[in-house]
Amino acid sequence: MICALISTEMTPHAAPQTLTASPVAALTRVEKTYHLDSVSVPVIRGVDLYVRRACFTVLLGPSGSGKTTLLNMIGCIDRPDHGEIVVADCKVADLSDDALSDFRAENIGFIFQNFNLLPVLSAYENIEYPLLMAGASAPQRGRRVPRLLEAVGLADKARYFPGQLSGGQRQRVAIARALSRKPKLVIADEPTANLDSETGAAILALMRRMVQRYGISFIFSSHDPDVIKAADDTIFLKDGVIHGIRRQGQETAS
Amino acid sequence: MMTWSLAVRNLLRNRRRSLATLLAMAIGSTSILLFGGFSTNVNYELHTRHVQKGGHFQIQHRDFYLYGSGNPSAYGMAVYPRIMAAIKDDAVLRDMLLVVTPALQFGGIAANYAAGVSRTVIGNGFVAEELNRMRRWNDFNLRSKAPMSALEGAPTDAAVVGTGLARVLQLCEVLKVLHCPTPEKTPAAGGADLPDDIAQLSLQETPLASGAAPVRAGRIEVLVVSARGAPDVTSLDVVRAEDQGVKELDEVTLLMHLAPLQQLIYGQSQPQVTSIMLQLRHSHQMAAARARLEPILDRFSIGQPLSVLDFRALNPFYVQTMQMFDTIFGFVFVLIGGIVLFTVSNTMNTTVVERTVEIGTLRAMGLRRAGIRRLFVTEGALLGLAGALLGVVLALLLSLAINRIGMPWLPPGNVEVVPFTVNVWGENRMILGTTGALIGIAILSAWWPARRAARLDVVDALRHV
Repeated sequence: MICALISTEMTPHAAPQTLTASPVAALTRVEKTYHLDSVSVPVIRGVDLYVRRACFTVLLGPSGSGKTTLLNMIGCIDRPDHGEIVVADCKVADLSDDALSDFRAENIGFIFQNFNLLPVLSAYENIEYPLLMAGASAPQRGRRVPRLLEAVGLADKARYFPGQLSGGQRQRVAIARALSRKPKLVIADEPTANLDSETGAAILALMRRMVQRYGISFIFSSHDPDVIKAADDTIFLKDGVIHGIRRQGQETAS
Repeated sequence: MMTWSLAVRNLLRNRRRSLATLLAMAIGSTSILLFGGFSTNVNYELHTRHVQKGGHFQIQHRDFYLYGSGNPSAYGMAVYPRIMAAIKDDAVLRDMLLVVTPALQFGGIAANYAAGVSRTVIGNGFVAEELNRMRRWNDFNLRSKAPMSALEGAPTDAAVVGTGLARVLQLCEVLKVLHCPTPEKTPAAGGADLPDDIAQLSLQETPLASGAAPVRAGRIEVLVVSARGAPDVTSLDVVRAEDQGVKELDEVTLLMHLAPLQQLIYGQSQPQVTSIMLQLRHSHQMAAARARLEPILDRFSIGQPLSVLDFRALNPFYVQTMQMFDTIFGFVFVLIGGIVLFTVSNTMNTTVVERTVEIGTLRAMGLRRAGIRRLFVTEGALLGLAGALLGVVLALLLSLAINRIGMPWLPPGNVEVVPFTVNVWGENRMILGTTGALIGIAILSAWWPARRAARLDVVDALRHV
């Protein structure tokens, strides 16, 4: 247990009370500013946000709106300048770098725009790698990896290396890798940006199926309005501020 | 397992760069080992020559080594037969010892009256058979063999001189000494015949010499001071000239049988010797042998302080030569180690830059900083291990080839040209030491780039283009 459960005293003002029961991620007045030489660029400005469990959440916004920065902070690979972030019931700001690494390994899966598979490992080994990091036994890995490969439709490509796979296939491997340790949250930064529309749609559909099949929360960024229809929740971000949240039929203005 | 497997695959990922680094390390390792093998060979050659010549230990009067050359007979050991018997009877030493033999040193003047020349000499009396037994010692299985002394089986008035002494006494022609130039001006000969008084004195001290004159070619007169302080002369038949390796020594060395020498110096008194030479079966027995020797010597040291000196103490030139080789070896190692350090470091730095996104990905997936550091250090260690091992293989193959060619060369202090040999095979300490040190250097070289990789910000690493 890396992180103790937090108390429920945190109640972001923008969140409807009905959603505070069990968020997978909660952000309170989060701010982030990048400093380029003498110029300060505020990227995230006082964001309050709840990400629901077992939901397919899309961060929507134009380039430079702060989607990636917000995802990085939710994914615990970046820290806010101000505000508080709770992921999987853990105040991540309190964690040391090592504890945060362990927390990510245990709770968060990542899917990257450029797939970021380890080129020296086969599809099977890429999916197996997080399990090896966790110290999973060979029989455990032997059960888990083939199931994931089958789930993403790549059972016959287990021994292929990333260089031998198409973009869509690589992203499927990346999805399987992200799911291998049964994380509570999967972060995907524009996972379809480097894919053609047909493959992108297939990847979206696959991620959607994974949410339903494994009950894992997915949050991903996109600047494509067409993905809204695939999402449970859609968060509209512009200039580092949430301009609206649409949650399964209801819309909340910021 | 995961880290090693990943490290191996990452090294194979950029084969050309890894191979270039590997070769740089291997060539470095090969150079160190070949030089080390050469240095070891010189050590074995010198070690063997000194042990063949004077044994592993010499038991002497405590002051003989420092003061004995002024008056050797003043430092004689009368009880030497009892000391030798006690040593030979020791249950432990008995199995270690090959030869226990006495030697008597003296200073005198050798003269070739026929040529009208004379020379101060430092002589030694030996038991010829045991001298030759000592010369057969070859603990390191060297290909070169020491020439046997011509004294063995020769008459009691026989002598062997250094080639330099033969040259000075103008005996080269009769002794068939090669490369022995004849002086442009020969000194006026004193005459073919000995002066009568010298001849009479010589006749008294040389049992085998028959008649006083004329002097035969190769015959010299040696003037010594007896233990009583009186001059004595003996006539010796020089049977061979042997190169002593060092010019200064070569021009003064005279070797003869021990018994007539004792007769010459001590006359009817109790014969003495200046050294007891001990040769062990193996050099690694020296510490154990010395420990057994010291209590034995204590028993005989009452009224005659004795000491045991090993061949290193007796031959400072050997120690100095090996120290010089060790210093050069250290210098070569530091140079090559420096090259390896920068080569591996450069490779690892490039690798870190190329794999920045991968580092970010691994960190995002939950790999700790230490995990990243371990991965790159492991790659450096593997490079070091592979390079050093390849270097060992190359060094072994090259040494095999060099030893097979057998180029002639003259090691320092040697009297004969021997095949150039490089000892790498079997030198486990040197091989393991060099391999370990190079792996250590490779790890050290990888440490800094690995630390830099581990400290990368995850977001910056993922953004790297």
